[in-house]
Amino acid sequence: MSEYIAPLQDMRLALDLAGLDEVVALPGYEDASRDVVDAMLEEAARLTGELLSPLNRVGDRVGASLGEDGRVTLPDGFQAAYRAWADNGWNGMGCDPAHGGAGMPHLVVTQIQEMVMGANMAFSLCPLLTAGAIEALALCGSEAQKALYLSRMVSGEWAGTMNLTEPQAGSDLAAVRTRAEPRPDGSWRLFGQKIFITFGEHELASNIVHLVLARTPGAPEGVKGLSLFIVPKFIPDADGHPGARNDLRCVSLEHKLGIHASPTCVMAYGDGEGATGWLCGEENRGIEYMFIMMNAARFAVGLQGIAVAERAWQRAHRYANERMQGSEAGMRGGGRVAIVRHPDVRRMLLRMKSQVDAMRLVAAVTAAARDCAARHPDPAQRAEAQVFVELMIPVVKGWSTETAVDIASLGVQVHGGMGYIEETGAAQYLRDARITTIYEGTTGIQANDLVGRKIVRDKGAAMHALVERMRALAASDLPVPLQPVARRFREAIDALERATGHVLATWGADMRLALAGAVPLLMLFGRVVGGWQLLRAALRSHELLERGDGDAAFLHARIVSARFYADHVLTECEGLARTVCEGSDAVLDEMAGL
Amino acid sequence: MKILVPVKRVIDYNVKIRVAADGSGVETANVKMSMNPFDEIAVEEAVRLREAGVASEVVLVSCGVAGCVDTLRTGMALGADRALHVSSDAELQPLAVARLLKAVVGREQPHLVICGKQAIDDDANQTGQMLAALLGWGQAAFASRVQIGDNRASVTREIDGGLETVSVALPAVITTDLRLNEPRFASLPNIMKAKKKPLDTVTPDELGVDVTPRLKTLKVAEPPKRAAGVKLASVAELVAKLRDEAKVLR
Repeated sequence: MSEYIAPLQDMRLALDLAGLDEVVALPGYEDASRDVVDAMLEEAARLTGELLSPLNRVGDRVGASLGEDGRVTLPDGFQAAYRAWADNGWNGMGCDPAHGGAGMPHLVVTQIQEMVMGANMAFSLCPLLTAGAIEALALCGSEAQKALYLSRMVSGEWAGTMNLTEPQAGSDLAAVRTRAEPRPDGSWRLFGQKIFITFGEHELASNIVHLVLARTPGAPEGVKGLSLFIVPKFIPDADGHPGARNDLRCVSLEHKLGIHASPTCVMAYGDGEGATGWLCGEENRGIEYMFIMMNAARFAVGLQGIAVAERAWQRAHRYANERMQGSEAGMRGGGRVAIVRHPDVRRMLLRMKSQVDAMRLVAAVTAAARDCAARHPDPAQRAEAQVFVELMIPVVKGWSTETAVDIASLGVQVHGGMGYIEETGAAQYLRDARITTIYEGTTGIQANDLVGRKIVRDKGAAMHALVERMRALAASDLPVPLQPVARRFREAIDALERATGHVLATWGADMRLALAGAVPLLMLFGRVVGGWQLLRAALRSHELLERGDGDAAFLHARIVSARFYADHVLTECEGLARTVCEGSDAVLDEMAGL
Repeated sequence: MKILVPVKRVIDYNVKIRVAADGSGVETANVKMSMNPFDEIAVEEAVRLREAGVASEVVLVSCGVAGCVDTLRTGMALGADRALHVSSDAELQPLAVARLLKAVVGREQPHLVICGKQAIDDDANQTGQMLAALLGWGQAAFASRVQIGDNRASVTREIDGGLETVSVALPAVITTDLRLNEPRFASLPNIMKAKKKPLDTVTPDELGVDVTPRLKTLKVAEPPKRAAGVKLASVAELVAKLRDEAKVLR
């Protein structure tokens, strides 16, 4: 049985490198002093390790179920875990103190979210969706709506969901058909079916606030005719207590590859007189509101990838040190050794760990930039940070999740045959991770976003600015042991520049050529920024070792991690650049037999 | 009623202990430290007594290095009202800690001291008892249930072969066993509030206590590795080995 142990040392390093001190100096984050952050990390590690992690397995095996009476039940223990989570104030850790939240910076929240996701990804989705709904309400709700809903959702008393997808409207929301009809009292009646609604029905919270995209009478065709509605499961009475049951229900649960304890619901609105809802924000601006929240949602899914990859690494690392098999290669007469002694197992473990490190550091730097973009007193700094965030979001989402699936797969491989058997737990991480490249925009969508909106639109300016930052580090006077890493890093930056240049040059003539190479470019970009952060981590580790500060074993391992990554992952950048520059013709060839 | 809860900073129970290469002790550098789990139970019990209206204030005390401040903040995040750090880099043995605590009791005048029955690092299981003796107070060690009455505490103790309920006059020292309660998780608002709760620092000198070690550690070593087992051919052979080699049969 494997339990999740929050990687506090790695997280503290990530906080340091991402600039925790600068972030907590931003206006409004005064409460997030270093000792408070430290205490938060320790306590969240305890809660996630002792309470959420032991439920991960039963959540997978038993899963959520829908009864004849339309009630969704979760395995034993989930209710108590949710209560502990909510009652101890974690649900609102990132929310505005005006609504009862703790107002912690994204950078800090990110580390704790990773713990929750790593301990129990299925569980983590309930608070995550609620946080999304809170953000939407805070953004476009009326004062009365905020007063009614926000504090109850921040405390976790009520949960929230996002209802976008319909059977014919997946990545293409223009096809949404759910309709809303006005009532004389200012409320609306909704009719329609929504699918893939995460935690659409459950009893962890006493009410569920559904945010639903629907079309009003006479609304324009396409996405510009969608409005956002608040549709609570129980209609709040005058005192704000959950009252009459609304005309909405969960009609079935999907049978999924993973995240079995997260009920993925088909929701029916308005089987009878219509589900009662209230317009949130202005009519026909629903999709706009959704896009504002998109960055947070996509970032969070990237984080899920990182979290599950971390857990897969922990499991594989432990197993490789326990499993005795074979003797050390090249040693005569040696006894049996743990498989961690075998060169290829070491390679796999380092591939897992170095990439988890890289992804966590990149996410942390992005989270810190989100804080800066939101709170920095200087508008120029805010704008610069926002440009960086926009550029990085598709990378944190697309690259981290694709890599996470590879890492979880390597985790199975380290276990050999035992990994293919459910009892070891390694397979669950692979199944759970698999959704992360799909929801909140598939990897293909992320890559199109990267190329079309983030690179081509500003003619490569944001990318160029980042490349300059990375070049400055690569060209700086680095200690001797890190120079080979810097050399590989420079080569990788060259590859990224070449590939970006090619995309910019081809987009105007035939954007299909650029889009055929979009995912390889995204993966190339992710590898390079990962290398950037690992080099920074190795440099910091080297400095601390020189000073005789810190945990030497941990710091040495960070340097080896960067060396490994340089020679095993950054070297792949050259090949990816070739694919971007030369590989699109075959993809688009009409004779491809597709 | 004021309750004093001594808490000790120890190596976290999840950490795999490594013996120092020179056999002088265990590795503590860069090792995760936490509050002694028995002390967490003591803090929880004290906080529950305050929440029930039995106690009015819960004061924590921890003796040792600067890191003890983190342990005290953890205890305050669990609900204690304020804390005292007896700052010392010296090795503090049970008798020295008991003397320090006696001095703290003299300053604070609590009606009850609740401590963990032992610390999971040295497993000494002495400090609470020594403190009671030094104070001349009653003691109820290994508590699994505590009820406070009028100037008396009724304490159910875990003893060999069962449970024993004793009644002690207050003030008294109670030490906690595992089953007394299940400590809560600290809430996020309380973690943030803990930073603002009062924390004072004193030194052993200021308390007038000589903490010079009385015990000398000769050697610390890992337990011997378990040897491989052997297969026996018959019950008779087993009996012979139990009698002649293990010497558990006569």
